Amino acid sequence: MKTIVGLEIHVQLATATKLFCGCSTDYRDDEPNTHCCPVCLGLPGALPRLNRKAVEYGLRVAKALDMKVPEESEFARKNYFYPDLPKAYQVTQYDKPLAVEGTVEIEDDEGHEKIVRITRVHLEEDPGRLVHVAGGSKYSLVDYNRSGIPLLEIVTEPDMRSPQEARRFLNKLRTILEYLGVFDGDREGSLRVDANISLEGSERVEVKNISSYKGVEKALTFEVTRQKNLLRRGQKVTRETRHFMEGRGITTSARGKEEEHDYRYFPEPDLRPLRVAGWVAEIDLPELPVARKNRFMAQYGISLNHARTLTGDLKLADFYEEVAHVDPALAATWVADTLLGELNYRNMGIAAVPAERFTELLALLRSKTITDAAGVQVLREMLDTCAAGKPCEPPAAIVDREGLARATESEFTEVVEKVIAANPQAVEDYRAGKNGALNYIVGQVMKETRGRADPRELGRIVAESIDTGGV
Amino acid sequence: MAGTFDFSPDDRCNAFITTCSTAPFTDGPLAGTAVAVKDNISTAGIQTTCGSRILEGYVPPYDAHVVELLRNAGAAIVGKTNMDEFGMGTTTETSAFGPTRNPVDPERVPGGSSGGSAAAVAAGFVPMALGTDTGGSIRCPAAFCGIVGLKPTYGRVSRYGLIAYANSLEQIGPMARTVEDASRLMSVIARYDPRDSTMLDKPYDHGPTADIAGLRIGVPEEYFGEGVDPRVAETVRDAIGVLEGLGAETVPVSIPGMRHALAAYYVICTSEASSNLARFDGVRYGPAVDTRKTWHEAYQDLRQELFGTEVRRRIMLGTFALSAGYAGRYYAKAQVARRNIREDFERAFRDADIIAGPTMPTVAFRLGEKSDPLSMYLSDILTVPANLAGIPAISVPCGRVDGLPVGLQLMGRQFEDERVVDAAFAYEQEVRA
Ligand SMILES: [Zn+2]
Repeated sequence: MKTIVGLEIHVQLATATKLFCGCSTDYRDDEPNTHCCPVCLGLPGALPRLNRKAVEYGLRVAKALDMKVPEESEFARKNYFYPDLPKAYQVTQYDKPLAVEGTVEIEDDEGHEKIVRITRVHLEEDPGRLVHVAGGSKYSLVDYNRSGIPLLEIVTEPDMRSPQEARRFLNKLRTILEYLGVFDGDREGSLRVDANISLEGSERVEVKNISSYKGVEKALTFEVTRQKNLLRRGQKVTRETRHFMEGRGITTSARGKEEEHDYRYFPEPDLRPLRVAGWVAEIDLPELPVARKNRFMAQYGISLNHARTLTGDLKLADFYEEVAHVDPALAATWVADTLLGELNYRNMGIAAVPAERFTELLALLRSKTITDAAGVQVLREMLDTCAAGKPCEPPAAIVDREGLARATESEFTEVVEKVIAANPQAVEDYRAGKNGALNYIVGQVMKETRGRADPRELGRIVAESIDTGGV
Repeated sequence: MAGTFDFSPDDRCNAFITTCSTAPFTDGPLAGTAVAVKDNISTAGIQTTCGSRILEGYVPPYDAHVVELLRNAGAAIVGKTNMDEFGMGTTTETSAFGPTRNPVDPERVPGGSSGGSAAAVAAGFVPMALGTDTGGSIRCPAAFCGIVGLKPTYGRVSRYGLIAYANSLEQIGPMARTVEDASRLMSVIARYDPRDSTMLDKPYDHGPTADIAGLRIGVPEEYFGEGVDPRVAETVRDAIGVLEGLGAETVPVSIPGMRHALAAYYVICTSEASSNLARFDGVRYGPAVDTRKTWHEAYQDLRQELFGTEVRRRIMLGTFALSAGYAGRYYAKAQVARRNIREDFERAFRDADIIAGPTMPTVAFRLGEKSDPLSMYLSDILTVPANLAGIPAISVPCGRVDGLPVGLQLMGRQFEDERVVDAAFAYEQEVRA
């Protein structure tokens, strides 16, 4: 049974000011209702004035997704009552969107490249936010700081075939938006998704209110299971809108309420039609993920996998380019594999890592001053201090303090002899041809030297010592 | 010469909703001039109600652009004038604060919806006032009260701070006893404001001149046809004769799209109004809603209680006209009719420099006379075309019928407000002399 998924993604554009007024968009750490003016409060008589930057950002996305920008687009009013909507209508774009017909390339579930078609993108204003007072209060509060933040709505064709594809699409889209400098994914609530999902031959269900990347995959996976179970029991899937309960990982029916809305769209009489097709040629796109991936492979001679991982996040790619000069291949392994793994484990972002210190670490590794194992220990120390908000110690200082410099030949022949003497059974096994025995002895030596010896070199020395019958 | 203006009119005609007994003013071209402002124009610190209970007690935290300009020019804002609730009426009888009476005859309406501003000027309380004109709301009361009123070209005066009734149609404009004063007030308020995106940067800097030799005046048959009181038509034809006497020539023109003008106008203005007025829900304006009810119920009850009958009627009409399945039949068709009228005027203005006709088909009605909405709507037939076309139109007193004032309406090409002002000035100078 084929799964069919289409997405509507709302992203907050990272402009300095709101879509129709001069209020700052940087409200997240501030008191409620402090980033407001007559316009974004919808006071009687106030008029919208379109933010040129938001239009430029929208067009940047349109160009990057290879979209058509019509000669004329238009804002419209979407009328509905809700306490977070101060004018009782949202200024959005309806039948004349900013741009239409684009594409995004992703990997399908088999790892092949596939195209997800983009139906349209359009600009609209974010409503305010209801704040429900804890403790079952009889009232709710409204915060209009968010009111009027520019949103770009991106609508896809139903081209995705699994929840995993949907997540990959979102990751790809996010990367592109960040590369374009129009979106800051680290801002809380900066991305919201409505997903349409159906099983081939069944009715379509819309899941609203998903506010994270992981949430999309979770919500869709839940829906696939729910819908398959319905069909298995001989029931039908009802065409409906459902809400995603992030905390519980389930969707619940909105009971037809959403479908009853008649938004009575009509052109916003307070704004002139938008004629911006001519701006597109003026836009210089930055290097986008695909181009950067190809360049990384060509310029640094690194693998497709490394290049893909490194360019899959703008900040990570920038970081790699800052440290690659030490040794591009070594840097790729250490950034894409080791560092990324350690960051994920700590739930840290790359922004917290000082590139200068990491460069020093790479230099220590390249000069074989420390072993890989010791390098990991040093890195962990560095990240722990970063995570604690302390200034990052130079890796050389950590090596000194912890005595992690590569052990000298004489240092570890001593240890090797000690370990061989202490493990006669293992020596016996090795001589009997049991391969694991050598590894065991090497492991013991590593432990004794706290990773300061190189395992490959050790293997050779241990084998030689036993073979020459030194013991 | 900054100071304060003491203002305590004997307001027997109920021209004002709010008066400011001591109005401060500063230096400037209008220093110390008392100006009344229609109560749908936002004034920081002064209650602004739109003639509605739902906004009673609402004190805007900001000035409309025109008010800012007035203050900067030294005007003393002495009060906020009565109006049909949210501008929805032709008589000022739909105001929640009681009707305004016509200073010429207290048994008559002053016209509307800027009836309070017209009455304040006609009664001599102020030399000039601001009105707003969505479908004739400046020109109708100017005609009925025997004063001058100009509806500027759409986009010539900032609407920032004007509480919207029908955004695509309305403009703020000057009302005064003389064309010269109306023109002076226009010079103050017609200044570019980037906050109004529908505005063009075409400031009005004009002192009227009476030389109209060679001016071609279009006289559309539709303005003298059925429904127009023959005595009013006659008075206006005489006035056009005066202009001919001053060297203008008349040419016949036609605005066939007039047939659908009223229908188109009422669909457009009610559609826009239904959206504009949705924000008045009792959460932020008006008395607090009853929190024991569900919020939809609370909204409904409050809006039922605090909006007047005419406002509710127009909200319902507009909501219907925009509804799924009907928008194509009503809203879309109205836009077509609007385009037709605009093109009719463009065509007419190839042969004529200005177009002349009566402002209103009759003289002022008796209070309560227009009790059925349809006959009231019909009386807007001669004023709404200028709003649909976005062109400037002025009403200037041109005589009396049964002792009641008649207005001569002069319409011009877009952004040729100066020309209609000059024609009106020439007429006024001639008959006054
Ligand atoms: Zn604002």
